[in-house]
Amino acid sequence: MTKLVTGVIQPHRLDDVKSALEAAGVRGMTVSEASGYGRQRGHTEVYRGAEYTVDLVPKVRIEVLVADEDTATVTAVLIKAAQTGKIGDGKVWVVPVEDVARVRTGEHGVDAL
Amino acid sequence: MDFALDTGNTAWMLTASALVLLMTPGLAFFYGGMVRGKSVLNMMMMSFGAMGVVGLIWVLWGYSATFGSDIGGFIGNPLDYFGLDGMTDDQSLMAAAGVPALVAVAFQATFAIITIALISGAIADRTKFSAWLIFAGIWVTIVYMPVAHWVWGGGLLGAEGITVDMGLSVPIDFAGGTVVHINAGIAGLALALILGKRKGFGKEPMRPHNLPFVMLGAALLWFGWFGFNAGSEFAADGVAGRAWLNTLIATCAAMLTWLLTERLRDGKATSLGAASGVVGGLVAITPAAAAVDTFGAIAIGAIAGSLCALAVGLKYRFGYDDSLDVVGVHLVGGLTGTILIGLFATDKNSTWYPEGAMNGLFYGGGLTQLATQVIAAVVVVVFSFIVTYVIGAILQATIGMRVSDGDEVGGIDLAQHGETAYEALGARVTMTEVKA
Repeated sequence: MTKLVTGVIQPHRLDDVKSALEAAGVRGMTVSEASGYGRQRGHTEVYRGAEYTVDLVPKVRIEVLVADEDTATVTAVLIKAAQTGKIGDGKVWVVPVEDVARVRTGEHGVDAL
Repeated sequence: MDFALDTGNTAWMLTASALVLLMTPGLAFFYGGMVRGKSVLNMMMMSFGAMGVVGLIWVLWGYSATFGSDIGGFIGNPLDYFGLDGMTDDQSLMAAAGVPALVAVAFQATFAIITIALISGAIADRTKFSAWLIFAGIWVTIVYMPVAHWVWGGGLLGAEGITVDMGLSVPIDFAGGTVVHINAGIAGLALALILGKRKGFGKEPMRPHNLPFVMLGAALLWFGWFGFNAGSEFAADGVAGRAWLNTLIATCAAMLTWLLTERLRDGKATSLGAASGVVGGLVAITPAAAAVDTFGAIAIGAIAGSLCALAVGLKYRFGYDDSLDVVGVHLVGGLTGTILIGLFATDKNSTWYPEGAMNGLFYGGGLTQLATQVIAAVVVVVFSFIVTYVIGAILQATIGMRVSDGDEVGGIDLAQHGETAYEALGARVTMTEVKA
């Protein structure tokens, strides 16, 4: 069976995360631009004394399909590479995937990864 | 009076005139960057529009109504040099420096243009372009020309004016603290009150859409301002050097104190603060450019930078939408420089002020010059506010000065000019007609 690991991370950590995942044996991923906020509620900007809150800040969403037994490793690698220790580092979550198919060959399940 | 051409001075004044003219497109960038992306073109067009209208009016009757023969201390005779017809060089405002009459007309034209353009920042995002052009023509004629005549054309704030009649001294306004900045600042307030607030003022975000534009504008303004202040000497000499140098150092000081004020109050030193501090310092040193020494210039700049940084918040407290802080920067900066002359004016170290003016309080002159400066400032504030308010009210009641709510919310660029500055995300454009 397979799992979908999704991370929403700081855009400037993407290169490191990508290399770390490749080194850990991950052979494919989907990356998209995202925006959002977490507990830190974005940031504030001040223009001539008028304060604005920018509460949707740019993030990168990275999605990786993995075999069940690799889930813990991949999650740990992703977190380690994305972490700066500051607020706004993002989230990683894992959800079960009922089926995966490779479009070119029609293979299913772990074979399709 | 015989006229002897001085080519050196004339070359400098031709150059200075071009420098000052560049300030208005510079202002277009300074203001344009500060508005939202949907109204940047209209904001810039208000500056360019002022160039068109005022440039023509100036050579028809403007110069004459400012520097023509005095009518009751109030205004010059607009018919003396109407269309510049029959002007001779011995009648030049700058004849004593050997600068021909038409060069004097050119230099003064650029001052009238930028003064009106400055007002536009107070009424950003919501003013009908046609109403603005009409306002510019009326305002330059019945507000700018009288005030410039009072101060520089031998009128009621000059050598034979009201402060002298009161037993005080001659006001010092070297390059336009009263004529340009207090005048434009208070006029901006009057118009902002007539037009009312932008939709969503104080609630919806109206952050500057392009801070690099603002920085570029501040840079062009500073560059052109050397022509404004050092050119106001009408000659290439040591006093021009003093004015030039004060235009540098007061501005440096003002930028730093604006940044310091922000850092202490808001936590960060911002690029908008640097650009604003530059302009605040330039405004404040303008009337004092030749009349204070190095320490006076530093003090005026430092005080103005901090005061203006605090003053830009007043519009939220009092609830008027002076959109780009024409009051906070030009009125407050202009008042600061004009009044501080009363403390810092000096006749030492290559400085200059008109005969009949005096040293300031800190330079052994007592309180006389300070009182003179305050009176000159108050007279301009009262006159400009009342007349501008009346012009605005009449235009508002007749042709209407403000665009519709829908046009304002949808973007004044598209509504008034049929253009947009930037491509909208996801928009698809097809060419439908070519007029050939």
